[in-house]
Amino acid sequence: MPLPAEKTELEDSPIPVGKAASPWGNATFRSVALAAALVAVAILLLLVWQLVSDSLPTLRAFGLKLLASEDWNAGAEEYGALPFIYGTVVTSAIALVLAVPLSIFTAVYLTDLAPVWIRQPLVSLIEMLAAVPSVIWGLWGIFVLVPWLRTAVFPALRAVLGPIPGVGSLFSGPIFGLGYLSAGIIVAVMIVPIVTAVSREILRSVPNLQREAAYALGATRWEVTRIAVLSYARRGLLGAAVLGLGRALGETMAVTMVIGNSPQISASLFAPGYTLASVIANEFGEAGADRMYTSALFELGLILLVITVVVNVGALLLVRAATTKGGSRFA
Amino acid sequence: MTTVEASGRRLEDQHQHRWRRFKSGAMSALAVLSAAAVILPLGFVLFHLLLQGASSVNVDFFTRTPAAPGSPGGGMANAIAGSAELLALATALGAPIGVLGAIYLSEYSSPAVAASIRFVADVLNGVPSIIWGVLVFGVVVVPMHGFSTLAGAVALAIMMIPLVLRTTEEVLLLVPGGYREAALALGIARWKIVVHIVVRTASRGIVTGVLLAVARISGETAPLLFTAFGNLNWNLGLTQPIAALPLQIYTYAVSPYEDWHRQAWAGALVLISLIFLLNLSVRFLTRAKRL
Amino acid sequence: MKKALLSLSLACVALCVAVAGRAETALNGGGSSFDQPAFAKWFEAYRKVDPTVTFNYQANGSGFGQSALLSQTIDFGASDFTMDDQKMAKSNNGPVLQLPIVAGAVVLSYNLPGSPKLKFDGETVADIYLGKITKWNDPKIAALNPGVSLPNSDIVAVHRSDSSGTSYIFTDYLSSVSSAWDSSIGRSSTPKWVGGIGGKGNAGVAGQVKQLPGAIGYVELAYAVQNKLPYATMKNRAGKFVEASPESVSVALGTATIPDDFRFSMVNAPGDAAYPIAGPSWVLLYQQQKDAAKGAALAKFFKWVVTEGQKISPELDYAPLPESVQKRILAKLASVKS
Repeated sequence: MPLPAEKTELEDSPIPVGKAASPWGNATFRSVALAAALVAVAILLLLVWQLVSDSLPTLRAFGLKLLASEDWNAGAEEYGALPFIYGTVVTSAIALVLAVPLSIFTAVYLTDLAPVWIRQPLVSLIEMLAAVPSVIWGLWGIFVLVPWLRTAVFPALRAVLGPIPGVGSLFSGPIFGLGYLSAGIIVAVMIVPIVTAVSREILRSVPNLQREAAYALGATRWEVTRIAVLSYARRGLLGAAVLGLGRALGETMAVTMVIGNSPQISASLFAPGYTLASVIANEFGEAGADRMYTSALFELGLILLVITVVVNVGALLLVRAATTKGGSRFA
Repeated sequence: MTTVEASGRRLEDQHQHRWRRFKSGAMSALAVLSAAAVILPLGFVLFHLLLQGASSVNVDFFTRTPAAPGSPGGGMANAIAGSAELLALATALGAPIGVLGAIYLSEYSSPAVAASIRFVADVLNGVPSIIWGVLVFGVVVVPMHGFSTLAGAVALAIMMIPLVLRTTEEVLLLVPGGYREAALALGIARWKIVVHIVVRTASRGIVTGVLLAVARISGETAPLLFTAFGNLNWNLGLTQPIAALPLQIYTYAVSPYEDWHRQAWAGALVLISLIFLLNLSVRFLTRAKRL
Repeated sequence: MKKALLSLSLACVALCVAVAGRAETALNGGGSSFDQPAFAKWFEAYRKVDPTVTFNYQANGSGFGQSALLSQTIDFGASDFTMDDQKMAKSNNGPVLQLPIVAGAVVLSYNLPGSPKLKFDGETVADIYLGKITKWNDPKIAALNPGVSLPNSDIVAVHRSDSSGTSYIFTDYLSSVSSAWDSSIGRSSTPKWVGGIGGKGNAGVAGQVKQLPGAIGYVELAYAVQNKLPYATMKNRAGKFVEASPESVSVALGTATIPDDFRFSMVNAPGDAAYPIAGPSWVLLYQQQKDAAKGAALAKFFKWVVTEGQKISPELDYAPLPESVQKRILAKLASVKS
């Protein structure tokens, strides 16, 4: 949303000129502003320091084994991050598979196809979608979406896709309602607005000349979109998708409420699982006094931070390269 | 080339053309369907919020504290007040830092420094909100020996700073350079130019950015889980745990009590109304300008 | 506009300070969700005894109660499993008192069409949670429940996702009745579950059971009763099927020998009328209180809980502590200094 500057009533509040040349005013104000700007940097450093230093006990004791182990059993001092990493990756992947095509098609509709009068209201609706908090999606997920998926959608999916060799194993086994697929669907809904908004920005930055040239060659509407717009913008669209991935990886409340919170690795998408963010949300509060347990949870936080930062930075670079005036404000 | 061949090719062309037109139409239809599918969940969630929540939004809801689990009645008065206090404190802590930081970026710093701080802010904006809860637990809750309003507010403020910093900087960059030059020519001190001319000119945009940030953090639950912690009673003190609307919705949603489920829906309806209201005022502020 | 915002936030801060300055003692507790219903009622009743004390109790699980007390982020904790000496040694604030305040039953609650009353024995429950029994119409369940029509649906075993005393009592029981359980999973507040679904707190487990057809979960009796969830009668050590109730828990409690440090287990108790999956819940507090006002208020409240408070325990489906035990706890509470 553009944030226009205001040029108003300067005249009714004359600037107190007073001791205009006070030598300290400038220096003081400048340093205060500098300090404020450095707060952002300080927060990042503090965050990294806190997570790394508090992860050290488990980093020292287990090294990289924590990343590869499947067993999470605080009572027996076994800390394996694999089920959480797996759950995080699987739910995010489901979310991307569902959200990216929908978002890109919606963005195409918004920039190239929709009647002009429909565009602004649709954009507003998508902004509203973005404003719905995670916990409300979770609430809706528990009481509306999951029961529907459990009774209507999942059994049908299992019946149709289950027998196919290979893919079938993703859609087999008992259906609890709560699980990877439910969580992935909720996350998809939550990342659609950001992917759509960035994709739209990217598509709008495609020069009209491209489209006109394609039309001149006798291309149909879809051919124009495919050849002149989508392929021209593919790197930026990839950036939009990766940005959505960054969001999906860290999504916490809604996922915690519908994933089933069970640290296991299952091939079936119907099975319950766990994610990095949701295990922290569930267990962090009780870890306080137990040094190893706390440290293991901090290390999960560190893993999550590293993954999301790498993904986000990648997305920023892709999007920035694709738009002239730096689309990074979406991050 | 015989006529038969030629007409055959023409027929083929026609077929192909028809196929291409059909494909184009199908893809357009797919785009329309996608847009509809994207909006559908919003419709559903709003419908269910109204259906399930509206009947439980009553006077008790706004004036009473939670009843004991399992017993009927009670409300979310303390959670609403708690959320208001957390948001006010977070804004008081976070907004000035964000605005001042943006001032430094747009008015003082070299392009390279500005670019790197902007980059840091973008990185911070991408950090999952649960991580901020973890950080604040370590740096505020443990040293202070207790969950508190302050801890919750700090967690939210940390989320606000990079948001406000980025939006404010964008607005400040829109202030025409001529204003600054004209003021400088009058011999006005640089900092006064910034405060009285640049910031004042951009004030509406800055407020808009702050409101957007408030809207963004007002639904946050994860960073409050082990900072603000929640409270079943009235508390507005800074060093005690405090209730917050999103936290209460979460606790109630995962509970087995039907009365709490009803209140969770009601709480969600109130929360989303608040957020939409904030977004609407943002729209109003930006729209009013354009006229 | 800025000024308005500023004055608004100033007014808010002033209000906070004013409210915080009132002469009230706010006690923060957390931990066991097993006895949250009891606490909720006690807090309510205690308001008539001492209206200047307010309580905020967060049922985040027994593990939370222990850790948060040890990191001194709460004033008192509650847990349905005790801290061992090694964990007690982590205290930076002197000795921790672990005092039983109530005993309760853990019941197996389920979500089945028609909500039939089921009967279970320990082996069957262990097999369900070991993933060996996966269907409701499994012959083992059917054999225990002649005449009940059981659906051919998947069993969803719901367990706790937090560190839980209820889990401890449950696995303590299963370990004492099933060697397969004892050798593979054993007693733990955070067992390594085989599959299933996790819920946070007793409320979370009850919530899942209520939401998910085919689910089974172990919760404190009060949660099943309050939410009208059906729960199974359990075969006890004497081979009798016993309904969970304050009375049958009291029988089990009566058979327990309670040592001086109050660390004891009462699962799989002997006696025809004893309910087998039962356990006490302990309050955790520091012997040496840092804040005089809070310390005094805490001691006073828990003296009330173990005496007067016990009288309302049964109506909450908990078993009250016998008078002999009450006296021993009062003696310990007298040692709380502030």
